[in-house]
Amino acid sequence: MQSSGEKVVLNDGEVLRVEKLEVRFYTYAGVVHAVSNVSFYVREGETIALVGETGCGKTITTRAITKLIESPGRIESGIALFRRRNGQIVDLLKLDDEEIRKIRGDEIAYVFQDPSAALDPLYTVGYHFIETVKAHRNNVSKKNIIYLAIKLLREVAIPSPEVRVKNYPHELSGGMRQRSVIAISLSNMPKLLIADEPTTNLDVTIQAQILELLQELQKRYGMSMILITHNLGVVAETANRVYVMYAGKIVEEGNCETIFYNSAHPYTQLLLKAVPNPLKKIEKLESIPGTVPSLINPPPGCRFHPRCPFAMDICRKEEPPKIKLDDNHYVFCWLYTKR
Amino acid sequence: MSETLLRVENLKKYFRVRGSFTKKVRAVDDVSFEIFRGTTLGVVGESGCGKSTLGRTILRLIDPTSGRIIFDGRDVTKVKGKALREYWRNAQMVFQDPHTSLNPRMTIASILLEPIKSYRIYVEDEEKFLVEQLEMVGLGKEHLYRYPHELSGGQKQRVAILRAIIVKPKFVVLDEPTSALDVSVQAQILELLKNLQKIYNLTYMFISHDIAVVKYMSDAIAVMYLGKIVEIGDADTVFFNPLHPYTKYLLSAIPIPDPKMARDRKKVIIQGEPPSPINPPPGCRFHPRCPFAMDICRKEEPPKIEVEKNHIVACMLYAKK
Repeated sequence: MQSSGEKVVLNDGEVLRVEKLEVRFYTYAGVVHAVSNVSFYVREGETIALVGETGCGKTITTRAITKLIESPGRIESGIALFRRRNGQIVDLLKLDDEEIRKIRGDEIAYVFQDPSAALDPLYTVGYHFIETVKAHRNNVSKKNIIYLAIKLLREVAIPSPEVRVKNYPHELSGGMRQRSVIAISLSNMPKLLIADEPTTNLDVTIQAQILELLQELQKRYGMSMILITHNLGVVAETANRVYVMYAGKIVEEGNCETIFYNSAHPYTQLLLKAVPNPLKKIEKLESIPGTVPSLINPPPGCRFHPRCPFAMDICRKEEPPKIKLDDNHYVFCWLYTKR
Repeated sequence: MSETLLRVENLKKYFRVRGSFTKKVRAVDDVSFEIFRGTTLGVVGESGCGKSTLGRTILRLIDPTSGRIIFDGRDVTKVKGKALREYWRNAQMVFQDPHTSLNPRMTIASILLEPIKSYRIYVEDEEKFLVEQLEMVGLGKEHLYRYPHELSGGQKQRVAILRAIIVKPKFVVLDEPTSALDVSVQAQILELLKNLQKIYNLTYMFISHDIAVVKYMSDAIAVMYLGKIVEIGDADTVFFNPLHPYTKYLLSAIPIPDPKMARDRKKVIIQGEPPSPINPPPGCRFHPRCPFAMDICRKEEPPKIEVEKNHIVACMLYAKK
């Protein structure tokens, strides 16, 4: 794994900084450029959102950080600096399997989209806690872990947690399963929680409860959170900063309000117009013509150019540079270059 | 304009529970409403509230336990054979997941010809006809001899919609037609549905859990909770002046794609999840979670109260004391 020329440093107050991440999948159909040149950072105690449509690489990006990419996928290059609990700064992508396993599930925890698949149907909820804690701290007794489990299940608002720890996943409803998964992920007090579409399979009312819960827990434990979602409503409600992804690349980054009120990239603008806001009167929804391109042969230049209403000649040939528009507001688009 | 196309009266659909003679799932319980010609009724509710069962029962894909379905002036609750097929020609359905609702072993052309042949509709030049139809939903000649797996999700849903409207029905039940699609594609499909409605004066029943989408599509909205309609009325009325506590709760739970609006808005968070429809709570089914529950709510079923014209709410709070 080669590192880029300039030296990447983790600034004060940052938990994670990913630079120039590149992930490819070597399939029979060809090489899929799933994640190209993705850079982002997470500060302590903040929530960043990775937003984008299916197949834009948002899940792969976060999986790559903890080396959860399986063959035929490969992390080609990039740096992912992470500040550990003991203050040590490590490049996650350079760690070997043994070392990354110590961090994964302990300092960096995941909540996956489908809670039914994340829980093992053959084990009780309580056992999942035991497994998660024992993997990292073998000296804790099972009894103590169950006490911890009950405490955490109570915190995620599961009624009668003393009974629920003995339940198997199928005995819980979808919302309760997702709450349990969140509770399990918190059992090692992670520094960074990666929530991959945590509410996509749930009803709106349960979704509202889970989002509220995540925000509350984040405040209480001072965790940082990476929220992966396609739902712009969820982003508006929870994120501090937003990274918009399209076809394996970040196209725009900025504070939540900047992205919603002053978005610069045509894709962000169109995406925002495609979502109905129930509190506003909408005459017509804008739809983005065409579909997401194949990442086996991504379009040259800017990957959005075939669908972009403002596409110029240069967009078809050269990759757009990263342009600073304001503090914390960057866009990858030729429209904003100085001529 | 406001001519009733479909009227549903006290419709019930109970499912037997395996291994029990007495237990029943009351999926749809005493539901009544009307849909006017050329309009859209949106049905919202959480999963398991019976909204899909309602759609399927109305289309007679499953037989109702009791109640009446009156379509275009005819009682279709018990029709059989030819009359049922005639009803189906006029009332079609689009399913949620286009990946499973299209037969993977049939080409798009044969998928679309199936309803044409089945209803013995005469078409002079099949290929020309199909191309015309495909162009109407934003596809073209090049898609005619492809298989479903060669199309994207949005394109598949376009085919599924076309399959439903190709026999020129009057009424279409859309069961979560955009839930499996990405937002940018969702917008395309919603626009397509609106255009088709204008061209053919179609009447829609739009079932979805996404309230923002239902609001955008519908003229009237029905809110369901555990098999019952708790509130029904004009879309704007239900949305901006919700009366039932459940509707208020449901509306405040939608994430708003606007950070300022999201922050400023008053939130009603109610804990808990819907109870099982096998043994629904007595009285008002929402009372265990309702912050305004009174004694009477625990005992008696709330009456349907017409608070204003075309705005009916089933809640004791609005009953005259």
